[in-house]
Amino acid sequence: MTIPTLQVEDLETHFPTRDGIVRAVDGVSFDVAEGEILGLVGESGSGKSITGFSILGLIDPPGRIAGGRVLFKGEDITSASPERMRSLRGSRIAMIFQDPMMTLNPVLRVDTQMIETVQAHEKVSEAAARARAVETLKAVGIAAPEERLLAYPHQLSGGMRQRIAIATALLHSPDLIIADEPTTALDVTIQGQILYEMRKLCRDTGTALIWITHDLSVVAGLADRIMVMYAGKIVETGPVATVIERPQHPYTRGLIGSVPGVLPRGKRLFQIPGMTPAPLNLPPGCRFKTRCSRADTLCDTLPELVELHPNHSVRCHHPHDARPLTPTESAA
Amino acid sequence: MTAPMIELRQISKRFVWRLDLASRLANLLGAGIRERAVHAVNHVDLGIAEGEVVGLVGESGCGKSTLGRIVAGIMDASEGEIRFRGKALSAMTEEEHRDYKLAVQMIFQDPYASLNPRMRVEDIIGEAPVAHGLIRRSEMGEYVEKLMQQVGLDPRYRRRYPHQFSGGQRQRIGVARALAVQPRFIVCDEAVAALDVSIQAQVLNLFMDLREQLGLTYLFISHNLAVVEHISDRVVIMYLGRVVESAPTEELFAAPNHPYTKALLAEAPKLVAERRDYTPIKGEIPSPLDPPTGCHFHPRCPFAMARCKTEAPPLREIAPGRMSACHLNEMATV
Repeated sequence: MTIPTLQVEDLETHFPTRDGIVRAVDGVSFDVAEGEILGLVGESGSGKSITGFSILGLIDPPGRIAGGRVLFKGEDITSASPERMRSLRGSRIAMIFQDPMMTLNPVLRVDTQMIETVQAHEKVSEAAARARAVETLKAVGIAAPEERLLAYPHQLSGGMRQRIAIATALLHSPDLIIADEPTTALDVTIQGQILYEMRKLCRDTGTALIWITHDLSVVAGLADRIMVMYAGKIVETGPVATVIERPQHPYTRGLIGSVPGVLPRGKRLFQIPGMTPAPLNLPPGCRFKTRCSRADTLCDTLPELVELHPNHSVRCHHPHDARPLTPTESAA
Repeated sequence: MTAPMIELRQISKRFVWRLDLASRLANLLGAGIRERAVHAVNHVDLGIAEGEVVGLVGESGCGKSTLGRIVAGIMDASEGEIRFRGKALSAMTEEEHRDYKLAVQMIFQDPYASLNPRMRVEDIIGEAPVAHGLIRRSEMGEYVEKLMQQVGLDPRYRRRYPHQFSGGQRQRIGVARALAVQPRFIVCDEAVAALDVSIQAQVLNLFMDLREQLGLTYLFISHNLAVVEHISDRVVIMYLGRVVESAPTEELFAAPNHPYTKALLAEAPKLVAERRDYTPIKGEIPSPLDPPTGCHFHPRCPFAMARCKTEAPPLREIAPGRMSACHLNEMATV
């Protein structure tokens, strides 16, 4: 059996604050295989982005990885030296952020930034680095890449900037890309183009991809597997079709029911009552219990993530049946 | 059809880069620097009937927010006429104009930027009705509590500041503030775009409840097709300042006519776990500073003909209640 590109084992990321420790990621384990696309779904404060940052070792102090391991192709990178991490980041593991201006330096031309990225990890001539940049820009669907290389980021549209950020991430054909809501700020037609290109790239190159998003409908057509996070824990994970069509955790069902476009027009959308609990004030036991219609005394103890069907795991004492979600049911 | 509550006739909005002194001096010497203008909204006709919910959809830079601001009276149009209940704004007395501005309220996208952080919630909500003499200052507390209850906020929090609320709660404060002056018409500019899915559902439900209770009319501006499909009776699609299609919601989603609408519908992410073979439309949205000639969509359109490059197609009725601006429709009838 081949080793998965990424194995995350019982990851815990903590942020000490004056009022106590925020357990942003609390015991998260998952694997991503070569060429696999994992959709990591959650709402604000669920810990989905912190999971992504933790893998790359980008947690700012005083935040820290308090427990667990991250294995990249079998190598433990939570204990790796800063030098080792720096050689991995940008070359073997790349990250794409929501805002491309976080990646791009506004006062440098695109070519300066892309050539620097190539030469940071490989001893190649400037001409070779430039040729690689042109090639990668073409691969993400940029027309006239030679001209675009001479532009400054502010001269480009948002979609074009995000494509350049993606191309920069692809320069060293990484084994793993972590994409944190990269299309949220983009228009529908531009988002469609980028999703299409990302999927093609993963299929062609065998790159593993973690796509972090709050929007289930974006990953529905993109991912192989979906993982839903709530208040720092995985609550449901499984193949995309199973999670979308036969969700078993009440939170996942609620999320899907609240997406407009599933129910007939004008019907009241399903409302998950209440709000995400404050990270310092999590209810004991199941963290979803205060908002859940199925909660009872059993839910005062934290449920385990149980594999109910092959590859489909749910963290719930009272999971729903594996029946398809019907419109009337989700509206109830 | 009954007379529309709000009617826009040939509304245009241009933003002009005025020449500064240096450029004008340079022009005296024959530099030939010209003023640049953005046609944010270009000859738009739109009627909204009482009690109707119209969804206005388009991508960045299409002019949808500008149009919303013109309707809400925050911005003046460069050309064209707005009629409210049959009367042109330009012909209104000062008092009628004030009534119009109270009757039309707006809810903004960013619940963080649209509330004054130094004001308490009760003042944010209560200031306008007191200022306009709808209630006395002594009644403000009670009035605000009633509004907060109506939008699903705990009235005990009325002495708090905006930063003590979550994004969804802030958006409810924005809704309560708009409702405070008893409007008939609400312009929602991307009012749920910044919210998490589960909170978005709560706010959308609130909009639908308020419509039922108060008989409100909405202009619902969004880039999210699923949201618009859920809440609107009629959908208007804009592209680079022009309306390209307008139709009742069911018909538009069942059988889009304009190639741009078709592309939008095909590419909107849907909650269906199937591998769609995207064939995304090519290209970027052109700059509104320098829009393509003829039909603005022709450089990206898979069906573009020679005529599309030179002649802008007018918005024509293609079926009762359905309008589309595409040369292909004429070909079909000839």
